[in-house]
Amino acid sequence: MALGVTKKEKIDDLAESAGVSLAASAWKRLRRSPVFLIGAGITAVFVVLSILSPWLAPHDPGDPMLITQVIKARNEIPAPQPGHPLGGDLQGRDFLSRMLVGSQQTLIVGVGATLIGLTGGLILGTLAGAIGGWVDSVVMRLVDVMLSLPALLLAFSIAAMFARPSQFSVIIAISIVQIPVFARLLRGSMLAQRGSDHVLAATSLGVKRGAIIFRHMLPNSLGPVIVQSTLVLATAIIEAAALSFLGLGNPNDRVPEWGQMLGDVQKVFDTHPHLAVWPAVCIIIVALGFTLMGETLREALDPKNRR
Amino acid sequence: MALLEVRDLTVVFERKGEDPFRAVDGVSFDVEPGQTVGLVGESGCGKSVTSLAIMGLLPKRGARVTGSVVYDGTELLKLSDREMRDRRGRDLGMVFQDPLSSLNPVIPIGVQVSEVLERHRGMSRKEAMSEAKDLLDKVGIPDPNRRLTEYPHQLSGGMRQRALIAIALACRPKLLIADEPTTALDVTIQAQILALMKELVQDLGTALVMITHDLGVVAGLCDEVNVLYAGKVVEKAMRHELFARPRHPYTHGLLASIPRLDAPRGEKLTPIKGSVSDNIPWAQGCAFAPRCPNALDLCFSETPAEEDQLGRLLRCHNPVVPGTPAVEEVPV
Ligand SMILES: Nc1ncnc2c1ncn2[C@@H]1O[C@H](COP(=O)(O)OP(=O)(O)O)[C@@H](O)[C@H]1O
Ligand code: SF4
Ligand SMILES: [Mg+2]
Repeated sequence: MALGVTKKEKIDDLAESAGVSLAASAWKRLRRSPVFLIGAGITAVFVVLSILSPWLAPHDPGDPMLITQVIKARNEIPAPQPGHPLGGDLQGRDFLSRMLVGSQQTLIVGVGATLIGLTGGLILGTLAGAIGGWVDSVVMRLVDVMLSLPALLLAFSIAAMFARPSQFSVIIAISIVQIPVFARLLRGSMLAQRGSDHVLAATSLGVKRGAIIFRHMLPNSLGPVIVQSTLVLATAIIEAAALSFLGLGNPNDRVPEWGQMLGDVQKVFDTHPHLAVWPAVCIIIVALGFTLMGETLREALDPKNRR
Repeated sequence: MALLEVRDLTVVFERKGEDPFRAVDGVSFDVEPGQTVGLVGESGCGKSVTSLAIMGLLPKRGARVTGSVVYDGTELLKLSDREMRDRRGRDLGMVFQDPLSSLNPVIPIGVQVSEVLERHRGMSRKEAMSEAKDLLDKVGIPDPNRRLTEYPHQLSGGMRQRALIAIALACRPKLLIADEPTTALDVTIQAQILALMKELVQDLGTALVMITHDLGVVAGLCDEVNVLYAGKVVEKAMRHELFARPRHPYTHGLLASIPRLDAPRGEKLTPIKGSVSDNIPWAQGCAFAPRCPNALDLCFSETPAEEDQLGRLLRCHNPVVPGTPAVEEVPV
């Protein structure tokens, strides 16, 4: 019969179009959720600004162009003026430019810490949940120890172990704190998957162990982890600010980051609160954006809400 | 030689801080090629555990499986994990009770069918997809091209079960085990699925182990029936023999508790009194004794042995006299 080729082609065409995956139906629900749209809107603005910031910033964020004003006025901080709508900072650098470029560094710290934490958590959680036995016991003991310490304290301790603090040390410190959170979450859903009917059914078909783990268990375990990632993005940005505040942030302030900017203005907070308020408010808004997105995502991916 | 010979199959679950639990207690039965054998009993009597033990799907830890399961001359219980994996889906297929939860929610139906073809028949994804389409067609799924790309939640319950049957039969196993394949479905759909399974096993010459708590399912499908009670086979007979002359009081009770269209109007159904929680251990007597209308004192002190009565196996001290009506009048 001449079925062969045409039939296969037809199937390939259809593979792109007809099926509605769970992700697709979740998206259909999310599109109509105002809370999600607000969160996604904030996040989108933040991401676009941070990517475009080098071109948007009117001045070089590291150039102390207003330093004469600082010196003249006996360490006074340059007020808003034409060309510098937010004024300058302690070193006479254009504050608006620093805020803009700071968004990029903040995003890098948040995304970097989340990705590293996520990767570590995925590896540990998959090992523990899929293999079980003593591997599970060892991994979970480690996770329990890490989770028993307050997150910030752990991040400080790790950051303090680096000889010279840098953006890298900040990212590493924050991401390590997130690893056990991701690992435990993933292990939990992997274990649930291991006992699930569809994994039993796949096993009854002779599907190999690797395929069971990576095709049947892992993809079904990722929902909560994806949600957690958006929430961790928010915490990572806040924790970066906390590290800088305690002097464990990146000391190179030619390239600003919001948390670091917040930490640097402690001494003049009484007299010039706006230097702290701008980065603080931005951090809160961005963290809120990620959190709103994460929470609505959690609801949308919840199997209980599946139609 | 039988295709499947199950001998003295026993599954003991070890439980922390409690006595080990014998879920399956010395079950033996044969399945000839192409034959349909029923495994019937109330919920909790060990039907699923029996099927999982045959498939080698019980957890390694916590479940002790003894006895023998010989498939086509090979002792399955002695195979390595890898050897057993190669046989599952190829030589033995299984269909489960809940079609929705037995399908992977994030993979399109077509890919789930082709996965097993790729695994055991070495097909490429394209070949497998085209074969998958034919399989969906064969199990009566309309518009199979579209269904291939759909996800389980987009199919109706009946369609899902058809898809699961297609997957289980994709590699033409000689033996199919169906564990309550219709229990989760609407009554009208149940009949369709049973008709489909009957047709398929006849067409393909597949032997079928049909597990159910529903004697109605057995009536339409099975050649031979094993009635299970608390992990033991209490009666085994050809289907028409069993329905015409149930000898074991438990079988008799089961038959009396199914509605019959030919029963006189006003006749009441008589459910078996009590529940499995009343059971006494087999080691002590007959597990069914506390619920049995025929129970003798002997039944509480001596385990009934399995006896061969003209080709029928019976485990009972005081069987029902043939001719006793299955449905009794109950005073209102
Ligand atoms: N993994 C397990 N661990 C301990 N007990 C189990 C396990 N699986 C089943 N059982 C017990 O074995 C008995 C038989 O179960 P099952 O075979 O599922 O019954 P059914 O005949 O309804 O299919 C039940 O009492 C159940 O509680
Ligand atoms: S052995 Fe006794 S208690 Fe058990 S089924 Fe037979 S008559 Fe009833
Ligand atoms: Mg069962």
